Amino acid sequence: MPFKIIASQCTGCSACETQCPNLAISEVAGAFLIDSEKCTECAGYFDEPQCVAVCPVDYTCVLDTALPRYQKPA
Amino acid sequence: MSTSAQHQVSCDGGEINETMQAVTKHKGCGTIGGSGKASCGSQAGIGHLPNEIWEKVKNHPCYSEEAHHHYARMHVAVAPACNIQCNYCNRKYDCANESRPGIVSEKLTPEQAAKKVLAVASAIPQMSVVGVAGPGDPLANPDKTFKTFELVNKLAPGIKLCLSTNGLALADHVDTIARLKIDHVTITINMIDPEIGAKIYPWIFYRHKRYTGVEAASILSNRQLQGVEMLTARGILCKVNSVMIPGINDQHLVEVNKAVKSRGAFLHNVMPLISSPEHGTVFGLRGQRGPTAQEVTALQDSCESKMNMMRHCRQCRADAVGLLGEDRGSEFTMEKIMAMDIKYDEQPRKEYQAKVEKARITKLAAKQEELAGLASASSEIKVLVAVATKGSGLINQHFGHAKEFQIYELSTSGAKFVGHRPIHPYCQGGHGEDSKLEIAIGAIKDCLAVFVSKIGGCPKAELIKAGIEPVDQYACEFIDASAIAWFKLYLDKVNEGKVKHVERVDPARHNALISAA
Repeated sequence: MPFKIIASQCTGCSACETQCPNLAISEVAGAFLIDSEKCTECAGYFDEPQCVAVCPVDYTCVLDTALPRYQKPA
Repeated sequence: MSTSAQHQVSCDGGEINETMQAVTKHKGCGTIGGSGKASCGSQAGIGHLPNEIWEKVKNHPCYSEEAHHHYARMHVAVAPACNIQCNYCNRKYDCANESRPGIVSEKLTPEQAAKKVLAVASAIPQMSVVGVAGPGDPLANPDKTFKTFELVNKLAPGIKLCLSTNGLALADHVDTIARLKIDHVTITINMIDPEIGAKIYPWIFYRHKRYTGVEAASILSNRQLQGVEMLTARGILCKVNSVMIPGINDQHLVEVNKAVKSRGAFLHNVMPLISSPEHGTVFGLRGQRGPTAQEVTALQDSCESKMNMMRHCRQCRADAVGLLGEDRGSEFTMEKIMAMDIKYDEQPRKEYQAKVEKARITKLAAKQEELAGLASASSEIKVLVAVATKGSGLINQHFGHAKEFQIYELSTSGAKFVGHRPIHPYCQGGHGEDSKLEIAIGAIKDCLAVFVSKIGGCPKAELIKAGIEPVDQYACEFIDASAIAWFKLYLDKVNEGKVKHVERVDPARHNALISAA
């Protein structure tokens, strides 16, 4: 369930919000937040995580190491 | 109002009144016949454009140099997301005093944007165009961008729409652009050679994938040129902006010019790179310099024989409001708009437009009258003059109030607008009155005269000392006609031996365009 956005680096541009296939991203107080319950790392949709690919600030959308990697439901 | 009373009215009146004063002064041959055309000089001649094109650009300050004296634009910042990364852009930085593309103070929802449009249109009758220019890319936010345009079309149908894009997603949206009657589209094209593009664009996001390097630049370039062709095919006017980056694409922009011209682009706008390190852009941090004003002018000159070049761009913010060169955005923050009681009425805008049409005809007549007197003169002399203006094509600003000067090149073929010089470098602060005067004089060192509505005794003396003639006898009159009249007198003085003409080339021609960055 894994990507997160480092809020202090987020420009609030919203580019990730519209690209997310899981509608897991929304704006909270000027920065964007990924709902870890909804994030699938884009598995099954795209080869690369869309939020990472479109984000204008490198290393802002990163894997949330506090959580286990996304597992496809059996 | 009697004629004499009009002549006595000071320049401090409203802009529309000033225009009408100048119109009445120059009754000349400016009568409007049943056809709506002037008896001397066709309207088409105003812009040297075919009538159908002139109809499209005559109210758009960014597409017509002539229009930018009369009409204002506003950008609504509804498009924060972008789909490419440019080395001259850093989206994080915002200074309210700063003016450059990609910068906004607050982003708006389409509904807020529509409300802001009505507020501005009600307060500023000159406002003729609403554009979406970012702060990201309008077409990377198609839903927000098009929703905004739909609302504006519905609520204020007389207002022209335009957008400014990097072109990557353009081909996917040309049908919608045509359907919503977006008449003007600007594409920023900095290269047609992907090797050069790789030095400008680190990556693009296209069809759900991030591309880098030459591959990215190649996709971008193909899409941009395809976009120009598709717009041309639909009769939508396309302006191309190019950022001039010395050592990277400066020479190459001549090739870009040919490529976009051959695909039907209407106007090419070469702009200097803005790269102050404090903006935190890749180019800024790397120490990449911007071009000097002279380098920009030289490149514009070398492209001009091939197509129309825009020389009046002020590289405005993605939330700018007002005439080019002024920004009244701070009067229209969302907080202030919410407190406004907005009753949109199209009538004052229609009246203003009618007055501008009348003024244009008279202005043209006045100019042609002066030009006729110049026809007999033969001289190779070309001089630059500076003009302090608040708009309407009039000399109507006090020297000390000017935030920029417009520069005209005068020759026996007439007066040609060649650029503008900002005199209040942004974000420097702390200048005393003396140094402000120094900045102003430094910015127009290569000009022979400066036309103003009024000027104080002290700056007058300093200008004369610097070899710049302060000219205030044409207060509230049309710029073109006055400049030509002055130039005729100058040529007479040269011919009579009263003045020796010296070519004025300032080797360190003030870096005025760049200093605004």
